[in-house]
Amino acid sequence: MIEFNNVSKTYKKEFTAVKNINLKIDKGEFIFIVGKSGAGKSTLIKLLLREISPSEGTINYNGLDINKIRKRNVAEYRRKIGFVFQDYRLLPKMTVYENVAFAMEMICCSAKSIRREVPLVLSMVGLSDKAKYYPDELSGGEQQRVAIARAVINKPETIIADEPTGNLDPETSKEIMKILTEINKRGTTVIMATHDREIVTRYHKRVIELKHGAVIRDIKAGGYSNEPKED
Amino acid sequence: MNPKKIEYVFKQALKSMWRNRMMGLASVGSVTAVLIILGFVLIVVLNVNNVALVTKETFDEIAVYLDDDVSEDQIKEMGDSFKEIDGVLGVAFQTKDYALDKLKEDWGEDAFLLEGLRVNPLPNTYIVQLKDVGMSEQVISKLETFEGVEDVQYYKDAVNSLIKIAEFVKKLGAGLIIMLLLISIFIISNTIKITVLNRHKEIELMQYIGATNGYVRGPFMIEGILLGLIGSLVAILIISLGYNYIINYLAGRYVALLSGISGYMVGVEMILNDLIIIFLTIGIGIGILGSLVSLKKFLSV
Ligand SMILES: Nc1ncnc2c1ncn2[C@@H]1O[C@H](COP(=O)(O)OP(=O)(O)OP(=O)(O)O)[C@@H](O)[C@H]1O
Ligand SMILES: [Mg+2]
Repeated sequence: MIEFNNVSKTYKKEFTAVKNINLKIDKGEFIFIVGKSGAGKSTLIKLLLREISPSEGTINYNGLDINKIRKRNVAEYRRKIGFVFQDYRLLPKMTVYENVAFAMEMICCSAKSIRREVPLVLSMVGLSDKAKYYPDELSGGEQQRVAIARAVINKPETIIADEPTGNLDPETSKEIMKILTEINKRGTTVIMATHDREIVTRYHKRVIELKHGAVIRDIKAGGYSNEPKED
Repeated sequence: MNPKKIEYVFKQALKSMWRNRMMGLASVGSVTAVLIILGFVLIVVLNVNNVALVTKETFDEIAVYLDDDVSEDQIKEMGDSFKEIDGVLGVAFQTKDYALDKLKEDWGEDAFLLEGLRVNPLPNTYIVQLKDVGMSEQVISKLETFEGVEDVQYYKDAVNSLIKIAEFVKKLGAGLIIMLLLISIFIISNTIKITVLNRHKEIELMQYIGATNGYVRGPFMIEGILLGLIGSLVAILIISLGYNYIINYLAGRYVALLSGISGYMVGVEMILNDLIIIFLTIGIGIGILGSLVSLKKFLSV
């Protein structure tokens, strides 16, 4: 379980990107974080990854205050979380297979288990036949699927995705969503920041909406709020 | 440490060393420069200490060379008055013939060179034994006032000036070494910095994945260590070959004085072990420090 308790983040002592956030996210949930550009979505995610620390408040992960984790144990904490970026961030000189295997190599795993697990995960994201391709030989959607494969290969408890469909067309976005919901069904918590209204309304999941850094809506299994939006 | 990790860490380190070889060369060069200067200082100090040690027994002895035209009576008289000088323990007389025989003995095989001498060039000598080394100066100044005294030789003076030179070399060397140490740490940390920046995408990713520290930092540490290691190996090679060359050069001279010096010098084989240990430690130490400086600055996600 993830808990934000009165969390605020002020950049450069003057700009508050995230204001007094209180949130509880249970294990196995699927959550959209929405809000306009600059609303603070990425800041929230960075806080959760312990890339930045809150100016006020605490963030607990399974009851552990993540900002009390010692610097050298941060790596261990991050292994509980798989992260998917908007820009994929695959290593260009490695094949699809190697990109995924790399994530496994970095934190554990015998060569044998790597040879066993990587093909499984690649088939889950539908890329078995592209294992030997290099990232620049793949479409955006395919690259993002590799990135997802990389994020799940170490069986994290939580997947955090910051606009994973941000660079993709609607069709491809659907594929990505399919994979993410599939992963969620297997028990992994998924937290996804997005701009994409259509996706949010299509998948009836919990939606947390930010505005100027504050949570203005937290709707269980909702989609966007019903009121006409966009000002 | 599994083999895979070691392989990864070394592969990355070697890869970036090759990619970044000009900076690598500068790093190695700076480490080598520090160590060569250090080696030079060490060798000078060691040799001076050695000379001091070898000549130590003679520290409490002053050689008083007498003019050739001093008569035997006068010699006796002089000996008696030398004994009266405050600070003198005793005196012993050495005739010039005895001195020549002793020299022949010292020269051993080369003694035939002395056979050709028509007159004995060595002086009659009084060896004056001091009560206390600290009184040398006052005794010497008294001895010099005697008529018939050609020269007063005291080993300690020569050794002292050697020691003074060594002190100077030590101080100058220490300053240079500290400066060069800092410079080479700086150069290595810059080299590593370039690698960090080159690989920053990969490193950032590794940190998000939760890669262990060994994977993230390992390659940089190894890169620094290898740079330091290469620098120290080059320095060891240069210093030992160079020093050996100098010793041989001096020993090969027919000038007696110079070959005499080489006899006092510490042999390469005597210092090589220590040199290797010291150089490797310092070289690798510089490498590690350089890496750490850079990692502290540039790895913080
Ligand atoms: N390192 C930083 N220093 C200063 N201000 C920052 C920093 N990072 C973000 N901000 C500011 O904080 C605010 C929130 O940024 P954030 O990236 O969280 O927005 P977002 O909701 O993710 O936006 P987008 O949808 O465009 O990605 C923005 O106004 C941004 O300018
Ligand atoms: Mg963002």
